[in-house]
Amino acid sequence: MAQQADIQIKNSASETGKSVEQRTVLKRGIAAQALYVVRRWPIIPLIVMAILLIAGIFAPLLAPADPTQQSLAFRNYPPTWGAERPEFNTAPDPADYDMSITKERSAFNRAKKSTFARSVYILGADNLGRDVFSRVIYGARISLEVTAYALTTGIIVGSLMGIVSGYFGGWTDEILMRLVDVWLALPFILIALVVAQQFISTGGAAKGVVIFLITLVAWTAFVRQVRADVLTIRGQEYVAAAKVAGASSLRIILKHILPGTYSTILVVASLRVGQLILTESTLSFLGAGIPDPIPAWGKSVSDGRQFIEEAWWISFWPGFAIFLVVMSLNFFGDWLRDRLDPKLRQLD
Amino acid sequence: MRRFIIRRFVFSLVSIVIATLAVFLLSRAQGDPLLLYATSGYGLTAESEAALRKKLALDRPVPVQYALWLGRTLKGDMGETILDRKPVARVVLARLPSTLHLGAAAFFLSFLVGIPLGVLSAVKRGTIWDYIGRFFALLGQAVPQFWLGLVLIMLFAVNWQIFPAGLKGEGLWDVKYLVLPTITLASSGFAFYMRITRTAMLEVLDSEYVRLSRAKGVGNNKVIWKHAFKNAFIQPLTGMTLGLTFFLTGSVLVETIFAWPGMGQMAITAVNNNDFPVLQGVVFFFTILFVGMTFITDLLYAYIDPRIRYD
Repeated sequence: MAQQADIQIKNSASETGKSVEQRTVLKRGIAAQALYVVRRWPIIPLIVMAILLIAGIFAPLLAPADPTQQSLAFRNYPPTWGAERPEFNTAPDPADYDMSITKERSAFNRAKKSTFARSVYILGADNLGRDVFSRVIYGARISLEVTAYALTTGIIVGSLMGIVSGYFGGWTDEILMRLVDVWLALPFILIALVVAQQFISTGGAAKGVVIFLITLVAWTAFVRQVRADVLTIRGQEYVAAAKVAGASSLRIILKHILPGTYSTILVVASLRVGQLILTESTLSFLGAGIPDPIPAWGKSVSDGRQFIEEAWWISFWPGFAIFLVVMSLNFFGDWLRDRLDPKLRQLD
Repeated sequence: MRRFIIRRFVFSLVSIVIATLAVFLLSRAQGDPLLLYATSGYGLTAESEAALRKKLALDRPVPVQYALWLGRTLKGDMGETILDRKPVARVVLARLPSTLHLGAAAFFLSFLVGIPLGVLSAVKRGTIWDYIGRFFALLGQAVPQFWLGLVLIMLFAVNWQIFPAGLKGEGLWDVKYLVLPTITLASSGFAFYMRITRTAMLEVLDSEYVRLSRAKGVGNNKVIWKHAFKNAFIQPLTGMTLGLTFFLTGSVLVETIFAWPGMGQMAITAVNNNDFPVLQGVVFFFTILFVGMTFITDLLYAYIDPRIRYD
């Protein structure tokens, strides 16, 4: 970014024929400005998030291969980025099907010796010969889908409870807040495992179940923050004025209180997204996520566990994708919080 | 104060009951547990099935079953594991030390690294130290533990062969086996403590009394450690409760990855085998651990920070 700016300046400076001193002064100014922009705006996280979104939405167009297509010849095939790429899927050697000699002469081994035509597996192939890169791209889609549904439900349920709790107070408040406390004390992972196990054994509905499970963790954060907001807003004079004017509770909540909580909800949501993606992938890693043929990131990491000695790329890339995405989302969340709602700062 | 303690205590009990009840109901919804006997090679006749049903109280309504379970558990009898018919209490308790061992190691690591780094980051705010510290905190928060564990195994166990890839050593001080699981488990806790310490420390460093002591000519180290840190330390200390969630959730993952013979690994096996008495026992102990720790930190909070309200 800074480099680009430099080049532009050089060009314009040579055109206008400014002196060398002027040019360096100008250059430094722009470079410093660029650095300032990078520091001030979350450029890199935004780029990662944009890639995530695009990969998720346009997965079928972007993925070079079908993420579920298996290939015996390319089992545990190593990443081939930068290497020459002959035609995709060269015909497999019959020796690959012979289990007795496959250990010596498998596609993997021959590829290591570079005697085998390399294909387009830029991040390698997994233990069933599926393209890791395509699986990572499709994984973005699954993560996005599950998290989006869970977060939306979490926002609605959590904010609603927070508003009710904060606005009505008294016993309602007490019960709801204790419910949140107890909820946070539950060993969520184990409960999720039991639930998921049950549904998977009967087959079907798995995606809905995972979304439901993620929602179970998503809602609590909103209750507390929104409640705190509502408590402040409720004491404002305009709310009292609305009450005196004869507005119903519903109207006061919808017209006067809810809009005041938007920024908090946005900030909490952006801080939570990363964690939800992490939770989803954790469940999927433990086998309680979306079932097998669908390429969820956590599941892919778990697929590669047994092959870690000979094929590190199976586990590495999907996990790296999770890591990158969660880190960007967290970074962005922090930034958004500092901008929109500095009073939330003390809560992390 | 007494009212506060009693309230927190009752609340802890309710938490335990709800957690175990939830798991109880869920595991019962999973189909007839007796099928396990039929499929695990025990070969059931009609009479023995009826007898077992009676013995496990499976012929009673589920809420009654739960009440019976709770009653027996309080007497120390948690039933037998389904697959090999050993007493659950003994089987689960045998795993407890391993989990505590790993948990304590990870806890101390994250506490001992996270807090000094948080202080450093706050004191040298805006410098390279601050950026490094915050970067690591961001890393620790975002890295999936199951992936970090695998990467560590790849590097240290497979590639360089410095540490073993799994299992637990003999005794408490066989550190070789402890290193990788501890680092993995500590990653998120460390980030949490670092951030919380940094925030608290920044707030305190900005306060009037720190400025006053600086104005009076107190040395820098003394201001930081004696005046500021003492107050800022309340935050991470009471935030321990939140941090504990990381260790409990984490232990299930880390124990699975590193084949660490603890309760978390046992829980996963129990889920996969539908061995509900074991699962029930593990959840019971996990919740007790968690709720107990929460209770203690609540008391600690009230004791250390007199500003807390008791209502």
